[in-house]
Amino acid sequence: MKLAYWMYAGPAHIGTLRVASSFKNVHAIMHAPLGDDYFNVMRSMLERERDFTPVTASIVDRHVLARGSQEKVVDNINRKDKEERPDLIVLTPTCTSSILQEDLQNFVDRASTTSNSDVILADVNHYRVNELQAADRTLEQVVRYYLEKARRQGTLDQSLTKEPSANIIGIFTLGFHNQHDCRELKRLLQDLNIKVNKVIPEGGSVKDLQSLPKAWFNLVPYREIGLMTAIYLEKNFGMPYVSITPMGIVDTAECIRQIQKHVNNLIPNKKVDYEPYIDQQTRFVSQAAWFSRSIDCQNLTGKKAVVFGDATHAASITRILAREMGIRVSCTGTYCKHDTEWFKEQVQGFCDEILITDDHTEVGDMIARIEPSAIFGTQMERHIGKRLDIPCGVISSPVHIQNFPLGYRPFLGYEGTNQIADLIYNSFTLGMEDHLLEIFGGHDTKEVITKSLSTDTDLTWNYESQLELNKIPGFVRGKIKRNTEKFARQNNITTITVEIMYAAKEALSA
Amino acid sequence: MSNKISETLTFECETGNYHTFCPISCVAWLYQKIEDSFFLVVGTKTCGYFLQNALGVMIFAEPRYAMAELEEGDISAQLNDYKELKRLCLQIKKDRNPSVIIWIGTCTTEIIKMDLEGMAPKLENELGIPIVVARANGLDYAFTQGEDTVLAAMAHRCPEQNTLLDNKKVIQQDSTIQDFFSFLSLEKKEETRNNSSIKSKKHPPLVLFGSLPSTVASQLSSELKRQSVQVSGWLPAQRYTDLPSLGDQVYVCGVNPFLSRTATTLMRRRKCKLIGAPFPIGPDGTRAWIEKICSVFNIKTKDLEQREQQIWENLKDYLDLVRGKSVFFMGDNLLEISLARFLIRCGMIVYEIGIPYLDKRYQAAELLFLQNTCKSMGIPMPRIVEKPDNYNQIQRMRELQPDLAITGMAHANPLEARGINTKWSVEFTFAQIHGFTNARDVLELVTRPLRRNNNLENLGWNDLTKKEKQIKFN
Repeated sequence: MKLAYWMYAGPAHIGTLRVASSFKNVHAIMHAPLGDDYFNVMRSMLERERDFTPVTASIVDRHVLARGSQEKVVDNINRKDKEERPDLIVLTPTCTSSILQEDLQNFVDRASTTSNSDVILADVNHYRVNELQAADRTLEQVVRYYLEKARRQGTLDQSLTKEPSANIIGIFTLGFHNQHDCRELKRLLQDLNIKVNKVIPEGGSVKDLQSLPKAWFNLVPYREIGLMTAIYLEKNFGMPYVSITPMGIVDTAECIRQIQKHVNNLIPNKKVDYEPYIDQQTRFVSQAAWFSRSIDCQNLTGKKAVVFGDATHAASITRILAREMGIRVSCTGTYCKHDTEWFKEQVQGFCDEILITDDHTEVGDMIARIEPSAIFGTQMERHIGKRLDIPCGVISSPVHIQNFPLGYRPFLGYEGTNQIADLIYNSFTLGMEDHLLEIFGGHDTKEVITKSLSTDTDLTWNYESQLELNKIPGFVRGKIKRNTEKFARQNNITTITVEIMYAAKEALSA
Repeated sequence: MSNKISETLTFECETGNYHTFCPISCVAWLYQKIEDSFFLVVGTKTCGYFLQNALGVMIFAEPRYAMAELEEGDISAQLNDYKELKRLCLQIKKDRNPSVIIWIGTCTTEIIKMDLEGMAPKLENELGIPIVVARANGLDYAFTQGEDTVLAAMAHRCPEQNTLLDNKKVIQQDSTIQDFFSFLSLEKKEETRNNSSIKSKKHPPLVLFGSLPSTVASQLSSELKRQSVQVSGWLPAQRYTDLPSLGDQVYVCGVNPFLSRTATTLMRRRKCKLIGAPFPIGPDGTRAWIEKICSVFNIKTKDLEQREQQIWENLKDYLDLVRGKSVFFMGDNLLEISLARFLIRCGMIVYEIGIPYLDKRYQAAELLFLQNTCKSMGIPMPRIVEKPDNYNQIQRMRELQPDLAITGMAHANPLEARGINTKWSVEFTFAQIHGFTNARDVLELVTRPLRRNNNLENLGWNDLTKKEKQIKFN
């Protein structure tokens, strides 16, 4: 048992549902108790979805507990088949069905003899995988199912398209800025004269999956979801894939070079050269390269930042901060514990320390200890930042409704570099404004002097020293407080006076 | 009585395929209500994910609730439940030092048959903190019924009314509680003290059950006090340590329609006398509620009719908006019967009242009141659908085209996109809707989509879906 208040990645079935409901005309049936269909609320509210979420539950109640689901699941599948006529019904196990250990595969087999839709059982174990891993698996499972079906029926067409083309794999519902990223990737491919063969799962039809092998290569923008599918396609159809996330100027260029390699492998006579495009985009279309040169960005040099998020975003943002903007990343981390090695390798040399955890209090304590000028993290880090008075830019799931903007906000590609530059710059500027307010005796009337999350201090500050501490600008107040307390502890002083503060300052600067 | 109702009100039961919140959501309002409590939800990541998403930002205010997240070792019994729970509860005791820890049993603890009720007394002795067990799981209950299970469990912990106490002492106790509430309602202390000494002697103790925000609780208490009825306690009280005393002399009355288990427990286990009344939602309901309580105590109400009339007059602007409009309750929080009855009295037409579960005995007075309201307003009886089927309901809504659908958040946006005004039902659970004072708040909620859409009506984009392949909507 674990005492938990908050979690970064959701339970496995959420991942399955995200994949299923991203496809067109696919219905998911959860084997779950009443109230577990909370996914529908999230999709309807966060994505502001206009259509009914194609997810229903085959309710597990007291009767099911006593006698098993019996005909219930099969009936529910058949009913949905008649009502909605979906192409595919995905039976989704939950934590409840994991322990009931009913033979769900048997229900699926029975239902598929009577229903017109295809029926599959999502192969995910609640206690072994999280939301992201489950989504990755389910996507691969669906793709595999339809390609093998096509192969059996002899309808699989493996001939490549005439023009270079690509599949984009891993764009889907409730993903962080996925819709915008998808548009940006399409634009990027279009600029490179590469046709988009299929985008999956978002908006794709499972009937079209059999034409996936017609593309020249696969593009997997996010580390977490889609990689399993790409590996499957490479193994079984010899399709190469590009898994470099085109986030930031350097990585976008790197991603394009990879694409160039794969395209040139397939057209030996007429080589493509994307270098002029990369150069043009980098220097003149994207503003980020120029921005990092401008004096605005000079002011950011050496500022401390902390990064936390999923593996893809945290790694990319870390490298952008360190490599492209000269910001010092004091600590970077991810909650994708299953991908630790990859993450460490990616951020090697771009940060002072690495934190791999899915416990938000550890992240909070790390931030309190480091006291960065800005945080780039999830909604949780934004709240930690609020509490510690440190600005935060949100760069990764888990997110709130404000991270599903109506306007165009990609993180990928060249427009993405602009968006990220704005996000980073604005986060720091807010800190600067705050600082100026303090210097000019702004509206700071608060008495709060503790900044750390833990309040286990054994020292008391007398009234005068508290007043004095409050006069110190906010952005260094915490540091001075900490240094003073350190000094006091070293000298066995329990009550801090103004004199002690000065003494500490002198001791440290000496 | 129930025969008479079934002649005219129709009850149906569908498949139970409907959307509602999991009953563990009750920790969200109960931990705020009971200030010295700590709620430990013993469940899986699924439960935790629901809580963290459904309760949004509340999670960041260092809530007095947490998950005891079950891992694979717990499920396969490789770990010892008792030791694990002890370890977590010790940590909670150290960090928060609550007066009570409430274990919320979930679907998983039911399925693996974790003996929470058996472990609690043992651990309680070891820790020295009361541990209350409530099984608020999705296998058995819907949304607000979670509170019902918690209060039913707490009813066992209320002290026994000491019948040997002489009247004088009871009065003294009553008046201190009354002082407490009068302080909250910001009345002059002296006045109340005078009142209380005159009034507090006649009737046996009355305990109200149902969790309400403290302001609403004190509003209801003071409404009763105007009729010379003393409220001697609330279940739950603001603090666990202030739970009311119960016994066979005590009268109890519910303030919410979803508290049937609590009512049963109070009657059967604590031998209290239950006053079956309509619920104090809307001015009509509030008046009927007070009248019923007074009639049990043989107290003649005074100025109650005028008071109700006054409230209705204050609502005039809203009533003009809702009159003649139709409502469809999809059903998810058990407040539906009372809300429908109030809206019918406001002049609305209710097509369907979906409800997760209907206890016809506990809600008998409310059902009768609904029936009478329909008659007196000359409006056809709505159909009452227990355990509704959301898919079927949506088909029915396509035909009926109600002016307003009261529905869960899973369906609200899709319905809006199809040109149907919606109000999220969850808001009725969290808003202050009880008593005379808050009648306006109910209508504020009900009319909000109507008022908003009045503004947008003429822009020509009410239907915002692409052509549907199935049945056309209009």
